Amino acid sequence: MTDEAQQLRQTPLREQHLALGARLVGFGGWEMPLQYAGIIDEHHAVRRAAGLFDLSHMGEIWVTGSGAGEGLAAALVTDPPRLAIGRAHYSMIAAPDGGIIDDLIVYRLAEDRFLVVPNASNADRVAAELRPRLSGFDATMDDASAQTALIAIQGPLARGILAPLTDVDLEALKYYAIAQGEAAGVPVLVARTGYTGEDGFELFLAPEAAPGVWDRLLAAGAAQDLVPAGLGARDTLRLEAGMPLYGNELGPDTTPMEAGLDRLVKFDKAGDFVGRTALESAREAGPRKRLVGLGLRGRGIARHGYPVYLPGQEAPVGEVTSGTLSPTLGEAIAMAYVPVSAAPPGTMLEVGVRSTRVPADVVPLPFYKRGTAAHPSRPAPG
Amino acid sequence: MNVPEELRYTADHEWLRMESDEGTVGITAYAADELGDIVFVELPAAGSRLEAGTTFGAIESVKTASDLFAPVSGEILAVNEQLTGSPELINTDPYGEGWMLRVKLDDPSALEALEDAAAYRVRIGAA
Repeated sequence: MTDEAQQLRQTPLREQHLALGARLVGFGGWEMPLQYAGIIDEHHAVRRAAGLFDLSHMGEIWVTGSGAGEGLAAALVTDPPRLAIGRAHYSMIAAPDGGIIDDLIVYRLAEDRFLVVPNASNADRVAAELRPRLSGFDATMDDASAQTALIAIQGPLARGILAPLTDVDLEALKYYAIAQGEAAGVPVLVARTGYTGEDGFELFLAPEAAPGVWDRLLAAGAAQDLVPAGLGARDTLRLEAGMPLYGNELGPDTTPMEAGLDRLVKFDKAGDFVGRTALESAREAGPRKRLVGLGLRGRGIARHGYPVYLPGQEAPVGEVTSGTLSPTLGEAIAMAYVPVSAAPPGTMLEVGVRSTRVPADVVPLPFYKRGTAAHPSRPAPG
Repeated sequence: MNVPEELRYTADHEWLRMESDEGTVGITAYAADELGDIVFVELPAAGSRLEAGTTFGAIESVKTASDLFAPVSGEILAVNEQLTGSPELINTDPYGEGWMLRVKLDDPSALEALEDAAAYRVRIGAA
């Protein structure tokens, strides 16, 4: 791991992570904290109090100009010109064949100024795809990924911890909104977005300012059980919240409709967009598969890549995309692609776990809804 | 990292504690720490056979699943049933309450093929 780690990009918070005893791993080309005290403790902290995440690996691509909105509408499946200033939406960039290149968040900072946030592992690809797609518009693209740090504070106590440190009115800041201001004495963009299923905020800031803000937030939240949380907890949190991860639930062989994200694709928007023709055909033909939640009903944990079977059948009909033992629910949960006929909640399936088959039933997503973590012994979903 | 002197070790991070011709098997503190929070263990039944170098079960943390490899061959005398409900014992007490199997070795001299504590410390960079 050491040799490999030397070629990975490092975030401005590396010293903080090491001092906090983090285990660092390679992820999306970056050296990132997997965990500090432990994934389960960090997971519970975010559900019950708050967690602090270094997300500086994420990409930040600015698109500005009088044609920025129209350009993004042609480049993405969503319709960014519909965004009010200060608001954001979840989006995707599709390939001409309708496959997903990446999922992203688009923030509108001004009439002519948008911030696109792709996944770390896809940031270069997204920038390379956006450039030609924007070329016919009055729009300038600036990939600021290397000059931007990102810190997230997530959990029911996040607002109370951050509020005294910022001049941004957090109470007025809506979900999927963004505002410019200061935090811990430095300029930041504060967004009410996240990937945990909890209330929370994401702070975009200059890399050199990141260590100071990180330390101030940790100190300010110490009395309220704020803990640093790594990518391990981020993954279990997003899985419980039924949120897709690129490379697991989303990829070039999957359409947004198959992933259950039909609502993202704005077929009614003005003008063409990359992937429109293919996605219209796909919509007409109907999905080949559907993303579902699974609750395992026997001993075993489903993992990425494990086969899914119809009971009594020899050949697999689907595949697990993500799975873990849910720290909040105390049971094994998974997401999987299955045939449309096997997608209705209540359908009994089996997951191949090593040499055995574990019964699993299709359950509605998400597995976890905000505000229910105080009752970890509640009945299983579905 | 705790590497008890009196145990023998495999390259796959299992340990073996011998008492006459019976051995107890578990995974090392290093392995438990690398895995992180352990949430699931799959072990064979008492009375079944253990074959050196082959998988005898699986261990899962929140993040990942790993196979368990038999350090020696023999008959499984007992399985730690406590791990079914409390797999975290492997994190908290890997050489004690986190034990996995008791085995009657086919050939007690087979443990000579395993690493001693000094060699295992070198393996995990703890020497």
